[in-house]
Amino acid sequence: MLKINQLHKSYPIGDSSLHVLKGIDLSVEEGEMVAIMGSSGSGKSTLLNIIGILDEAGEGEYILDGVPIKDLTEKKAAVYRNKFLGFIFQSFNLINYKNALENVALPLYYQGMNRKDRQKLAMFHLEKVGLADWATHLPNELSGGQKQRVAIARALAANPKLLLADEPTGALDTKTSYEIMEFIQQLNDEGKTILMVTHEEDIANMCKRIVRLRDGVIMEDKKVTQVRAEQHV
Amino acid sequence: MFDLDLWREIFQSINKNRTRSLLSGFTVTFAILLFTILFGIANGLNNTFKEAFTDDATNSIFIRSGRTTKAHKGLQAGRRIQFKNNDLEYIKKDFDDKVEFITARIYLNVNATFKNEQSTYSVRAVHPDHQYLERTLMKDGRYINTNDLKNKTKVIVIGRLVAEDLFIKTDPLGKYINLNGIQYKVVGIFKDEGNDNEERLIYMPVTTAQQVYGKNDYVDQINLTYKPEMDFNQAIAFGNDLTKKLKDRFNIAKSDQRAIRVFNMANQTKGVNQMTTVLGIIILIIGLGTLIAGIVGISNIMIFIVKERTKEIGIRKALGASPRSIVSIILIESIIITAIAGYIGLLIGMGILEWIGPSLKQYFITNPSVSTSLVISATITLIAAGTLAGYLPAKRASRIKPIVALRND
Repeated sequence: MLKINQLHKSYPIGDSSLHVLKGIDLSVEEGEMVAIMGSSGSGKSTLLNIIGILDEAGEGEYILDGVPIKDLTEKKAAVYRNKFLGFIFQSFNLINYKNALENVALPLYYQGMNRKDRQKLAMFHLEKVGLADWATHLPNELSGGQKQRVAIARALAANPKLLLADEPTGALDTKTSYEIMEFIQQLNDEGKTILMVTHEEDIANMCKRIVRLRDGVIMEDKKVTQVRAEQHV
Repeated sequence: MFDLDLWREIFQSINKNRTRSLLSGFTVTFAILLFTILFGIANGLNNTFKEAFTDDATNSIFIRSGRTTKAHKGLQAGRRIQFKNNDLEYIKKDFDDKVEFITARIYLNVNATFKNEQSTYSVRAVHPDHQYLERTLMKDGRYINTNDLKNKTKVIVIGRLVAEDLFIKTDPLGKYINLNGIQYKVVGIFKDEGNDNEERLIYMPVTTAQQVYGKNDYVDQINLTYKPEMDFNQAIAFGNDLTKKLKDRFNIAKSDQRAIRVFNMANQTKGVNQMTTVLGIIILIIGLGTLIAGIVGISNIMIFIVKERTKEIGIRKALGASPRSIVSIILIESIIITAIAGYIGLLIGMGILEWIGPSLKQYFITNPSVSTSLVISATITLIAAGTLAGYLPAKRASRIKPIVALRND
């Protein structure tokens, strides 16, 4: 699915530069569910952003689904993001003046799908996350858990190969967190490859593999026995 | 290609962010409102000037005589200067290459009667050239001609209002009017764009008047026009030269201002032309200034809008929006708001001009209005300004890295 070789990334800070990623090697197969852990400043979010083509790598190689991701034009990057990737953010990142259905339909709009098909497909995904009745509500009329489910529906709408989640439960209480994790686990069961950044041990244990980062290098990369979220709900 | 979905996106964005749209639109409306009103008022001033000078030929020189105020060459002050036919011939011959039309004028007041109608009128006894000098337009019949002059025929040309006064039902052409006891044949009826008083005049051949009323060759006034190809400076020099030669001819002191008065329209016209040029430049500066202020206003708002929408742009980019779609969504929104707001400003401005226009007459502003071509070019300028103002921020927005945009809270 994706392959990373000797990835480096540094940010300029004044005259010097901050070396965030210092040679990462990572490969993820299809159908995996990987948690990237680490304390803040360990470089886990930077790694996820590079994988999501939201940021550019400094040195090293990154191959996504057989396509080398290097020196992309903004236009190409937009196409890959739209086709390969679905994003789930800690702060949901819904567009506040669009209702739930319109938010879910947005990636389909950028795929060039016509309005009717778009709305039908968006409605299908909203039903899947159990929010069909909330289709015409604006984000500020929804609870945190509901917002995150709309965001998940949106990430799924374009049928991406890889789902990237940046602290998806970071802004939610424990009960809602487990509900969301239960849903993400279901998606993985259906075959979606999922990569998530988290700093919560219990959330990480609900994945199948944990990669620990410290100071820009991988300290540990191990498979774990998945804890099913429904046991906690 | 017309992309319905793109327009839907844009109208949703305008509609759902109403305060933002209204505020940015207001700036544009206000700028165009000012622009329209200033331009309209300036046009009104120009109209007033033009109207004041349409009556007579703008290249006229009027020469009148009076009494001397200074003793000169042994002649006493207080001497009356009287022009005669040969003075006119002298000017004609001496300035042949400069004079276009020339006529004498003798002023008379007459009591005119036709059948039972009667009234008093001013008569001007003139040469045929007078028609071109005064821009007299013939409504019916003909003007005084050279045959009339040679034969001293008793014919007259009457103004439109004279004809209306004296001839209630009959056609005046060919009829005889009694002026102070002498019958004159009406050969023409004229109209004049100047004012009503001009149409209450009667013209007759200068030679007829001299024979019938004075038995002399006196002339009250000489009017002429210089060749139109002469520029202002040449015309003014010509006027000065003419004054000097006439003063020599009548033995008048150079510094005597009263004995012969030469009124040269070129002096006037030059002043007016300079005035309208300066006015035009001021209008242009004010108009451009208002437009630039408007453009700067929209630019600021666009920068603010892009800043406010940075996060939304980041989200859109993460979901696969191409840079082009980001540019077009911001740019088209800016153009739509500018065009609509500008048009509203234009309509309000024109409405205000229409409304206050008539009451501005006393401030020398006649019919203040903006022309259709100005309306169109202002609208195009607006759309261009909206595009310009929106393009740079939109371009910058499309280049923002999604990760930077998403971090923006």
